[in-house]
Amino acid sequence: MSGPSLMDSLFQRSLEDIIKGLRQQLIGEQAFISKALDEIRKEIKSTDLSTKSTALLKLSYLSNLHFHDMSFAAFPALEVLSSPRFSHKKIAYHAISFSFHDSTPVLLLITNHLRKDLNSTNEFEVSLSLQCLSRIANVDLARDLTPEVFTLLSSNKLYVRKRAVAVVLRVFEKYPDSVRVCFKRLVENLENSDPQILSSVVGVFSELACKDPRSYLPLAPEFYKILVDSKSNWISIKVLKIFSKLAPLEPRLAKRVVEPVCDLLRNTGAKSLLFECIRTVVTSLSEYESAVRLAVGKVREFLMDDDPNLKYLGLQALRIVAEKHLWAVSENKEVVIKSLSDADPNIKIESLRLVMAMVSEHNVSEISRVLVNYALKSDPVFCNEILGSILSTCSRNLYEIIVDFDWYVSLLGEMSRIPHCQMGEEIENQLIDIGLRVKDVRPELVRVARYLLIDPALLGNSFLHSVLSAAAWASGEYVEFSRNPLELMEALLQPRTSLLPPSIRGIYIQSAFKVLVFCLHTCFVRGGSIVPSASLNNLPAGVSASASYESFDEFSVENGADVTVVHGQTRASAPITKESIVNLLNLVELALGPLLGSHDVEVQERARNLLGIVDLTKPEVLNSSVQEKDDSEGKGVETSQIIKLMHDAFSKELGPVSLSAQGKVSLPDGLVLKENLGDLEMICGDIEPPSSNSFSFGSPYEEKDGLSFSNLQIKEDSEQSNESTSLLAEHRKRHGLYYLPSGKSELISNDYPPANDPTLQCDINDNDDNLVKITAESLVPKRKPNHGKPRPVVVKLNEVDEKPVAMKQPESRDGSLSGAVRDVLFGREDIPPTSSQSNLSNKPSSKRKGKEKQHTDPHLESKENVIDDGNSSSRRKDRSHGKERRHRSPRKKNFEERKDTDQKEKEKSRRHHGRHKSRQRAEEPLKVTAQTPVIPDFLL
Amino acid sequence: MIHFVLLISRQGKVRLTKWYSPYSQKERTKVIRELGGEILSRGPKLCNFVDWRGLKVVYKRYASLYFCMCIDQDDNELEVLEIIHHFVEILDRYFGSVCELDLIFNFHKAYYILDELLLAGELQESSKKTIARLIAAQDSLVETAKEQASSISNIIAQATK
Repeated sequence: MSGPSLMDSLFQRSLEDIIKGLRQQLIGEQAFISKALDEIRKEIKSTDLSTKSTALLKLSYLSNLHFHDMSFAAFPALEVLSSPRFSHKKIAYHAISFSFHDSTPVLLLITNHLRKDLNSTNEFEVSLSLQCLSRIANVDLARDLTPEVFTLLSSNKLYVRKRAVAVVLRVFEKYPDSVRVCFKRLVENLENSDPQILSSVVGVFSELACKDPRSYLPLAPEFYKILVDSKSNWISIKVLKIFSKLAPLEPRLAKRVVEPVCDLLRNTGAKSLLFECIRTVVTSLSEYESAVRLAVGKVREFLMDDDPNLKYLGLQALRIVAEKHLWAVSENKEVVIKSLSDADPNIKIESLRLVMAMVSEHNVSEISRVLVNYALKSDPVFCNEILGSILSTCSRNLYEIIVDFDWYVSLLGEMSRIPHCQMGEEIENQLIDIGLRVKDVRPELVRVARYLLIDPALLGNSFLHSVLSAAAWASGEYVEFSRNPLELMEALLQPRTSLLPPSIRGIYIQSAFKVLVFCLHTCFVRGGSIVPSASLNNLPAGVSASASYESFDEFSVENGADVTVVHGQTRASAPITKESIVNLLNLVELALGPLLGSHDVEVQERARNLLGIVDLTKPEVLNSSVQEKDDSEGKGVETSQIIKLMHDAFSKELGPVSLSAQGKVSLPDGLVLKENLGDLEMICGDIEPPSSNSFSFGSPYEEKDGLSFSNLQIKEDSEQSNESTSLLAEHRKRHGLYYLPSGKSELISNDYPPANDPTLQCDINDNDDNLVKITAESLVPKRKPNHGKPRPVVVKLNEVDEKPVAMKQPESRDGSLSGAVRDVLFGREDIPPTSSQSNLSNKPSSKRKGKEKQHTDPHLESKENVIDDGNSSSRRKDRSHGKERRHRSPRKKNFEERKDTDQKEKEKSRRHHGRHKSRQRAEEPLKVTAQTPVIPDFLL
Repeated sequence: MIHFVLLISRQGKVRLTKWYSPYSQKERTKVIRELGGEILSRGPKLCNFVDWRGLKVVYKRYASLYFCMCIDQDDNELEVLEIIHHFVEILDRYFGSVCELDLIFNFHKAYYILDELLLAGELQESSKKTIARLIAAQDSLVETAKEQASSISNIIAQATK
């Protein structure tokens, strides 16, 4: 291992050479750099500090701007650091603060270097060392160097002192216990007359207050003084920042501060300060109407300004105001809307948010109209931004602001046809969700779905596929509202559906299945004649549906014919004739025949199902077109029976089910969920499940008619029927309730939860007791006040409303630091608290919570002030005594601290009364230790 | 507080990076790549603020250089713009109508100036004159040291040690 020779040192390339070489790029950048790095590796081992430092400088250049690893130079950097020369030190400090991090192995070795330089008489060396400390401090460094920093905090060199102040913040962060040592001095510096130092201190406090404002409330008088006296905008901005954190915590403080802030607002010429004032007012002083008015006036000036920065910030400020003072936004509506077409995407998004903030149930349709128009002509990114925010605003809180769902559904349809639309999934979810939740909108939903389905052009857009799947589902599920089911069928089976992904294709086929069953049902069971009875057409769906199910449940077994009477909801305008049915069946065969060989199981299976029913019914359709209906007694009845069953299975409604519904079902007696399934046979054989405990999703009818259902299955898959299926069917027959009804489960291919109709549950008085209970508990229909047109019922689940509330638990951050600060400012009790509070003793966080509770306590306000004052000062006393006892730091510091405490008490309070009392109390300390120091009445 | 300062040329070359919050070398390159792309692509008459990973980046273009500073959500953007301007003025005063080349060749000096201006992510010195004085004082310290170092006798002494 040879270091560089004398010649190498003499002809070492300087940083400038490297830069020049890089710029000339004779041999390519990478090659040049790696050559330079090789040189550096050699040079950095030199014993000559100049050579070494030059190498280090070059290396830090390459590392800074070309991102080359310089961890290998950690130790050489320390060596350069030990050089007596300032220039070397500077290079070394620069390299170290750039490259060292918490896991740098030689970090431990730097402590002494830093300490030496912190104690140096050369202020620049001290400054370098401080700077480095601020960057690389870890717990150990912060702890070991706290005394030095503490000394520097009162250095008589202003340059050093202000830097020490700034660095203290980092030391606090890393080693919160240093607060006990340094905090008093830091606070002293608040009274320094030098603006530079003041700026530093205030900067530190504004950072500290961001993290935990409550701890700094006692310092409010000092901050207030600075706010009033400050001549420097830099300082004012930071003090305002502190107050915007403190004011919300203490109403009296806000009251006191609002005036000076308004003065600043009126008088300052500096835009930055002006903006900070505005922000303080709108975030923290929003209860003061006059102040807000003034601020909004200034915001308006910002909005009118040509400078895009001011415009952006103005919009941002408006957004903050909007939460409490919506008028501010409405007053500036024109500007906001105009900004939607600004060139700057940031401004556009900001104004979009504002527009969305203005949305209410009265104007939602106009605003959406405007926005959709903007979306049509804006670039794809912003277009989707708009659509996304419309979707999220309208669906907020279960479509709270939507009154006219017909309009909303058609808006959804329209939005999905916007060329850049990529919000397919969200639209899909909402379409299905609304379909499930809002009964009245279903006819419109089917209309919109049809409108989407019949357009072959949409199939080519992959972003829309999910919308189409929702449309297909809706048109199948609610086919009874369709004007022309035959047309729907054609749309669902059109050739271009081959462009869809298989999962969605499956939904298409399944929907086609439903439509077909519906058509067959109307054609056969009702004797082919459709009686569009006007009276039933526009019945509120809920009533007719529930009526139909009720009657159905009661009568179906005895008398199938009765059922059909009630199913008169269809609005079909195109008559369904035998002929059209035949065409329909042919169409299905034609379209789905090829899919029997599909590689996708979902598609294949569904196609097979559909073709199965076609096979089943076709002969009869053909038959009955020749003969009279009565002739085909034998087989015809059976077929129509099957069709009826299918239809009924499909027409049972789906409703939203709360996530926890399953959990609320009590386990039926004897049902053992956790045991080995091998015993299932035996267990099931033993128990005849009481039907009242049924919790299946199926309708009760399926239990009763289990036999016929299994018959049907066997028939459909006649070629596959073998022993195992019949066994299965047998089993299903006996224990039908443990099976999901197959008609239902088939239909759900999207991950929508299988559901029960809530309104149905209410008036079923059969054996679904548990289910009724659950849904009755979890479904709370909510009505809004009428606005001319009544808002349809939106089915809600309790959990949906509760969850977000439960999740918003404020988390306390930075416990140790703020804890330390509290200790210093408030003092802290040392002995375990009295029994009533003992449960809080070891948990700072819960303690704090208790404290907060007390702080926000309204009593603080008036009468009890006097008492509070007495108490608080006495507490203060207690704490400081306690602290001294436990403090292990040098006596000198203790002394100083005590002096500080006294001083602060003097300067801070007009609460001299109770002082002597406190001294007395101090004798028998801590008997009365209250958990929560009350904030003194500092400003009144 | 200011989390980092970046100087990026119009061609996307990095001219200065200063990190006040801990970022690993890997993160640093990533940040620069991300921000460089975003900021350089913004047109001239747009606002100077970019939302970025929950923070805000304030940037301003001077000639061919973009000065970027990353700050917290509730920091004052206009104040930071002023700090940037302040920095540029100080550079200008120090180098005498500063240009990109000055910063390229005196890369370390730009750092030293920035260090006087900002400390631990906070503005330290708002007076241009004071900073100029401080820098000059430190420069003279460096110069004297250099003269000593480069004297022939010193080199010989080193070599023959």
